[in-house]
Amino acid sequence: MLERTGIPTSDDINSILPDEERLKKGPVAVIECFREIPCDPCYFSCPFEAINEFDDINDKPDLDFDKCTGCQNCIANCPGLAIFVVDYNNSMVTIPYEFLPLPKKGDIVAGLNRKGEKVCDAKVVKIKDPEKNDKTAVITLKVPTEYLMEVRNIKVGDQDGR
Amino acid sequence: MIETDILIIGGGPAGMTAALKAADNSAQVIIIEKYHQLGGQLIKQTHRFFGSKKEQAGIRGIEIAKQLTNRIKEHENINVYTEATAQGYYEDGVLTVSHNNKFIKIKPKKIIVATGASEKMLGFENNDLPGVYGAGAVQTLMNLYGILPGERVIMVGAGNIGLIVSYQLLQAGVKVAAVIEASGKIGGYLVHASKIRRAGVPIYTNHSIKKAIGEKSVQAAEVVKLDDNWNEIQGSEKIIKADTICLAVGLRPLTDLLIQAGCEMAYIPELGGDVPIRDDNLKTTNNNIFVAGDSGGIEEATAAMLEGEIAGLKAVSEVGHIDSNIFTELKRLKDELKKLRSGPEGKVIRQGIKKARGDSNAGKNRYTHLR
Repeated sequence: MLERTGIPTSDDINSILPDEERLKKGPVAVIECFREIPCDPCYFSCPFEAINEFDDINDKPDLDFDKCTGCQNCIANCPGLAIFVVDYNNSMVTIPYEFLPLPKKGDIVAGLNRKGEKVCDAKVVKIKDPEKNDKTAVITLKVPTEYLMEVRNIKVGDQDGR
Repeated sequence: MIETDILIIGGGPAGMTAALKAADNSAQVIIIEKYHQLGGQLIKQTHRFFGSKKEQAGIRGIEIAKQLTNRIKEHENINVYTEATAQGYYEDGVLTVSHNNKFIKIKPKKIIVATGASEKMLGFENNDLPGVYGAGAVQTLMNLYGILPGERVIMVGAGNIGLIVSYQLLQAGVKVAAVIEASGKIGGYLVHASKIRRAGVPIYTNHSIKKAIGEKSVQAAEVVKLDDNWNEIQGSEKIIKADTICLAVGLRPLTDLLIQAGCEMAYIPELGGDVPIRDDNLKTTNNNIFVAGDSGGIEEATAAMLEGEIAGLKAVSEVGHIDSNIFTELKRLKDELKKLRSGPEGKVIRQGIKKARGDSNAGKNRYTHLR
């Protein structure tokens, strides 16, 4: 269905998630890149070599969950904005965000799922927008634990159009 | 008469990398570009590029345009003529160009045609109503001039251009009511589709536009569901309100000059239409004319930049600037391009290029009568 709607199915999602034990150990990247495309910047962005080197540039990224520290470095380096970091113990999810205005730390924003529907309130706990990210902000949100694998976007204020 | 080693027609991604590769290997290069600045489509591409990290992946198109333009401006071996349009190729190898209301003649040793592509139009009722745009025009208005095309857009076409322009519209604060796609599958990269979907934009595959509705300008569109054979499903019509209909239904290579120069052409649907037969160095059937980028077949900018480099290097090697490194580098570039095209997304391109190498006779003699 992903190729008809743009919405990954739960099978798609489950195929790339680490197990519960790993989730409970600390933050980890969730790479929602489900089709082979010629693209490799994520491999070069990882300081821990947790994304295995590509044999073929068209391969999907292969993340070694044990090496991944959830450092978030890959998020703004993915041209597809397809990488998120989930921190299960602190009930936080970190997303790439390329819309203005950026929310402010402490704001309560709408947490949107992969269909763009509001599923919960999300509290903005951190915003990283350094020059090296070239306008892709990296935003950490506190959300109810049951929505950690749901929230993948936010809506700031009541702007229309999103 | 202006003489030069290499003349490049078109200052987009392919033309710019071709110029730099040739000039770095000490050839004298002229670029002619019909627009008033270099960059081609790159100057509207605000998104990050895919591809190999070694070939600028992860960098936004607009940044790549700036970097390449600056390098070209600083290069002592490159002369750029902007607002210059190629008019014709003559049998003695002279190219005529209109520039600043003057007709100039350039005699190069080699020509690289990197003229890019034009957008395809879609036939539907009222498609001439104000508010119906091509995606390229929307990008130019919005990303180059800061002008919004409208407030509520229907995007027709879920290829990479349709998906990317939808995302850019959202970033500009425009509501995207829907993306409709006649095929049963999203044609562009699914990560682009997911990006706009999680911003709340519905993507309707198996849907087409039937007509634009409005008196003086677009007020809505009637869309209809299609079956898997692209036939309309009766009774499935629905009205979607919008003041803008944006068409992103494909591109066609701009090959007029290649046809006029007598290069052997072939109709290859996989590459977007009529394209020149060429070898793996991108040389056409005219020994002095190369092709690079979308004018040789619709692909994307990363491939166009690699093709430009290949054509530029090969052209240099043929005008007498040879050192052994050129051939090592040429091989490396061809390998990179092959890797880029090796995946499932490159399948159609691979089929098309196989035909364009003359391995198949499909449509090959379509232009024979013109020569």
